[in-house]
Amino acid sequence: MKPVLELQNIDFSYNTLTGETKALKNVSFDVYAHEFLGIIGPSGCGKSTILSLISGLLTPTGGIIINHLQSDSESPAFGYMLQKDHLFEWRSIYKNVILGPEIHHCLTPEKTGFVQHLLEEYGLAPFKDARPSQLSGGMRQRAALIRTLALSPQMLLLDEPFSALDSQTRLSVSEDIYQILRKEGKSAILVTHDISEAISFCDRIVVLSKRPGSVKKILDISLSVAEKTPLKARNAPEFRHYFNELWGELHVGTN
Amino acid sequence: MTLIPEAVIFKHIGITLLETFIGFILVTFIGILISVILWWNKSISEVIEPYLIALNSLPKTALAPVLIVWLGNNMKTIIVCAILLAVFGTIINLYTGFATTDPDKLLLITTLGGTKKDGLFKVVLPENFPAIISSMKVNIGLCLVGVIIGEFLVANEGLGYLIIYGSQVFKLDWVMMSIVILCLIAAGLYKIIDMLEKKYMSKL
Repeated sequence: MKPVLELQNIDFSYNTLTGETKALKNVSFDVYAHEFLGIIGPSGCGKSTILSLISGLLTPTGGIIINHLQSDSESPAFGYMLQKDHLFEWRSIYKNVILGPEIHHCLTPEKTGFVQHLLEEYGLAPFKDARPSQLSGGMRQRAALIRTLALSPQMLLLDEPFSALDSQTRLSVSEDIYQILRKEGKSAILVTHDISEAISFCDRIVVLSKRPGSVKKILDISLSVAEKTPLKARNAPEFRHYFNELWGELHVGTN
Repeated sequence: MTLIPEAVIFKHIGITLLETFIGFILVTFIGILISVILWWNKSISEVIEPYLIALNSLPKTALAPVLIVWLGNNMKTIIVCAILLAVFGTIINLYTGFATTDPDKLLLITTLGGTKKDGLFKVVLPENFPAIISSMKVNIGLCLVGVIIGEFLVANEGLGYLIIYGSQVFKLDWVMMSIVILCLIAAGLYKIIDMLEKKYMSKL
């Protein structure tokens, strides 16, 4: 299978007052179509930086990123989802989710129809005129996802999208978002510091070392559950095994 | 009371109101414009900020004699006086608001492919709309103060002129009446902004 995105020997450093700080060192991995890839690592290891590099918000100081995704001005290759939903309180939910098309000046009837369809499909249609503060944390995160999907990106970059939620909401929202992304046939990169979340959500996990981040290990997750969803994955017999392995990887050398 | 039958008082009120409105509109416009420029360009804002703070602390009445010499004995001087009184505080307030806009919201716009201009119109201005309104509430009062100061100095019409003239000819009833009218005007103008705020806040 041909990868849709290749990172080859990526280096990244940035300048601070005290000099140059190396954030990433020789990071290489591929992402395949429809795959959910997880990136875990200790805090400050440059996990989120990788997403910024992939989406082009930052430019690597070394190495190349090869992007085989088709994109045009109306549907970009990447859609970002951040830790907080950042829904604008001065806009209704509908106005919030059409923000992307609005910025790209492509609010065509097909586009608004598509957004309307997403809202209906994922249970937010009754709230389209509501303000973000009237929604629960989980619904807000779903609205944020629809805002990202409105531009029909091919790959989602999820930057700890569940970490601002309380632990119960977190499970149901990750379940929710997992199923939406599968249904829409997207590929995704999930950055997280939560090992169980990574195992339950992802098909493959890249483990980064502490700063400067480099790839320590890439682990394939295959669980013996009939139809993998984050909740079912947690009951799989292999779950513990993967957890221990990743825990070991992350904590080697810290003690 | 010779003022009312001859309808002179209404002319004075009208002049003061007109000057206040022109000053207020210009202050609001200039204040937002300069704050946006400062927000847009960090190096300009770093250079200008100390001057702004100094000018804001300066008692603006000290500038009035200069204005008379530069602009003459006319309405222009009065309006500029009103603008000077209010504009520096407006810029400082609005710029502080703009500069502290949630950076993650701006990042969100960037991740959606937006430019700095999108950030300005879709995040910075709407997020700071309450700050803009509250500075307008302060400004309408300050402009009235500026106009009265200006009229004290150069005018031959307007309520400020009436107060000064009244006191000089010992017609204190004119003075008191002008002060009462000013109170009513100040309250009325505030109320107008308040109503505008309620109307647009609910619509936004």
